[in-house]
Amino acid sequence: MKQAPTNISRRNFLKITSLAGGGVLFGFELLANVAPEAAANAALFAPNAYLSIDANGIITLMAPNPEIGQGIKTSLPMLLAEELDVDWNKVVITQAAFDKEKYGNQSAGGSGAIKGRYEPIRKAGAVARQMLIAAAAQTWGVPEAECATENGFVIHKTSGKKLSYGELSTKSASMPVPENVTLKDPKDFKIIGKRIKNIDNKNILTGKPLFGIDTRREGMLYCMVSRPPAFGKKLRSFDDTEARKIPGVKNVVRTETVVAVLATNTWAAKKGRDALKVEWEDAGKLESTTEHIAAFKNLIQQKSEKPDRNDGDAEKALASAKKVLESIYEVPVLSHAPMEPINFFADVRDGKADLYGPTQVPGRAITDVAKALGIAEANITLGLPRQGGGFGRKLRSDNVVEAALISAAAKAPIQMLWTREDDMQGDFYRPNSMFKYKAAINNNNELDGWHLTAVALGGRPAAVDNFPAGALANYRVDGHSLQSNIQTGPWRAPTHNAVGFAEQSFLDEIAHELKKDPIDFRLELLERAKNNAAGKVNYDIEKFKGVINQVRQMSNWDKKTPGRFKGFAAYYSFSTYVAEVAEISIVNGKPKVHKVYAAVNCGQVVNLSGAENQVQGAIVDGLAHAWYTELTFDKGTVQQKNFNTYKMMRIQDAPLDVEVQFVATNDKPTGLGEPALPPIAAVVCNAIFAATGKRIRKLPFGKELNA
Amino acid sequence: MASYTITVNNQKRTVDVLPDTPLLWVLRDELNLVGTKFGCGIAQCGACTVLMNDNAIRSCSYPVSAVGTNKITTIEGLSENGDHPVQQAWDEMDVAQCGYCQSGQVMAATALLKRKPNPTDEDINAAMSNICRCGTYVRIRKAVHLAAEKAAGK
Repeated sequence: MKQAPTNISRRNFLKITSLAGGGVLFGFELLANVAPEAAANAALFAPNAYLSIDANGIITLMAPNPEIGQGIKTSLPMLLAEELDVDWNKVVITQAAFDKEKYGNQSAGGSGAIKGRYEPIRKAGAVARQMLIAAAAQTWGVPEAECATENGFVIHKTSGKKLSYGELSTKSASMPVPENVTLKDPKDFKIIGKRIKNIDNKNILTGKPLFGIDTRREGMLYCMVSRPPAFGKKLRSFDDTEARKIPGVKNVVRTETVVAVLATNTWAAKKGRDALKVEWEDAGKLESTTEHIAAFKNLIQQKSEKPDRNDGDAEKALASAKKVLESIYEVPVLSHAPMEPINFFADVRDGKADLYGPTQVPGRAITDVAKALGIAEANITLGLPRQGGGFGRKLRSDNVVEAALISAAAKAPIQMLWTREDDMQGDFYRPNSMFKYKAAINNNNELDGWHLTAVALGGRPAAVDNFPAGALANYRVDGHSLQSNIQTGPWRAPTHNAVGFAEQSFLDEIAHELKKDPIDFRLELLERAKNNAAGKVNYDIEKFKGVINQVRQMSNWDKKTPGRFKGFAAYYSFSTYVAEVAEISIVNGKPKVHKVYAAVNCGQVVNLSGAENQVQGAIVDGLAHAWYTELTFDKGTVQQKNFNTYKMMRIQDAPLDVEVQFVATNDKPTGLGEPALPPIAAVVCNAIFAATGKRIRKLPFGKELNA
Repeated sequence: MASYTITVNNQKRTVDVLPDTPLLWVLRDELNLVGTKFGCGIAQCGACTVLMNDNAIRSCSYPVSAVGTNKITTIEGLSENGDHPVQQAWDEMDVAQCGYCQSGQVMAATALLKRKPNPTDEDINAAMSNICRCGTYVRIRKAVHLAAEKAAGK
């Protein structure tokens, strides 16, 4: 058992309250990525997670972060329950609403929730447990050291006396907060690291109203909105005569930018919206993907003003190389396309706003709504339902602000819903990007120079410190960002989702050129980074080698099976190491992915079932988008408007199995929602090369293969 | 507006809507059966899948005026206690991530198992065309096989 330093006091960590009917409420602060000084500042203290134990022994945990499918509503409470030492099956979990007065940071993004909260939430559980022990010890008149806990009871070890947490709860509220608490030794974990099922399974599988789109309130009107049909267009005027004739349509309102139709059901609202006669006017350039690609091709031949990273002299290495390999890789624009279409409920009346719906950034949404409506943040409440996928789409508050403005204009409670077509035209897209790689092979037949020039539509084009940076004496990255009025933003594993494909495919090309096994080649480079580091090395070499060796073993990499072909890639992102192998065959010219193997080092696994599901899902997600999906623009208008042309993978093309192994470790947990995605496109494309000799340098690969 | 009486989850329900209203919006907005989901509106994604008699249909593209006397079953009516073999299998395999598409997946699997109590992987590929954006297909496949075993009493 280890003593964890706590810095705990009522002032800076806990807010303890007696419950009215008996029992205790522990409110505690869980701030990720906040400087310790700020967290210790009593003035900033605002609990954002709660644990209550009532007199009947009902233990309720409030999960503070939005649940978007990453499993946080299950895994965060697991941490608390572990240290509190309670029976998982007897714990009630509820989703915390957002309240700026009471809660702190509640966002979902950057694979950070578990990473940032692993220790604080466990400490909170341990503190509560210690105070329950203190209450029992005082009741029995025995030293605390003679007491232990088990499954929701405090036990006096020598006499065998027992009191439940429920019986002790009221008294525990008056106990002193311990100076130090002891966190469990990982070998004693009963909940952390085990397979725990998603706590909402039953509700999901019986169709309970869990999601924002399921919101039904008294007097609520259903709302569909007419938005600009192209980037570069804006609203000029509209005629709602025909729309108002549709039975069920109750009102038509406009905000500065859009026209909204309100009706008694969604279908009437949609028919009304479609019957509007709206005039749009040019407000900017009407851009097309073909122009962007032409600009990319030009930029990619140019150095940037200042290289993003420049170790040694890559140009010299290339000039004196025995051989130079050069390849250009390209990935398309993607939409987030969460299955639950964009929606939000808003009731804005009398200077107050009641909001409910899907967002990954509740804090920012409240700030933005307050500004848009000109009301105080204190007059806004925001509830967080379960969310039908995020993938980064809900990191902007556009849907919340739009719903609030429409409700304010209509002076009525509304549920705004976007159609899939609305979402395809109104997203913040994964930018398309292009990567030109040059590799210098010297006279010893070694890779000793690397020059990447990357360009993306807005945003950051390259992950500059990626391996093989650190292994190569001469390494240079130039990046360009092409400005556009087509809005781009973070999409699951931002930047990495494109770079992973390009860089890991190019490494495979080099290994092939050098006639080296792709895994041996990676390991050699890592050995070089270890013995002869060039510049900053931002990854842990042993952890990287660990997952690579593990996937080699689990996939039987070195065993050749007739008709089956394997591809490999490894990638480090969000502090997590992932190595993957895919085994494929080619059936009628089309790849069939039989199995994917993944070795993952994400530190301590919290929920084995949830963690495995995230890795399997990220692999399928990455493969699906590499295979099928592509968005293009023509004069500011998206050309793929729904799933008939924006193709999503179905079960028939998904791997039959994805085997996941986690490196056994008790290191602090790192990110897991994203890191398994970046390598998979290259893994499968490298396998396609092994099978066919065709190198895929442009996604989606289904289009390249005509399959 | 026109009045329609349809049988949903073994109950007769009467609604007054536009004749071309898709069954999806009748279920969600008029009958408050929100377990059936909207995903694309063009019969592509399958989030809106319900049973008509024993067959899976995409309710977003099925007008209420065409339902007639056919019996509609939604996720809410699949079993009284949420313990249909498919629901049990989905829970045991811990399939869901965001969970949004899963009611449609469950209804599609239910229809498949009614036709083919012991489906092969190829049968699953052919019948299950619902989109899962989270990528839970590996577990969906395992859950369909598990549900088949459960229904057979194995």
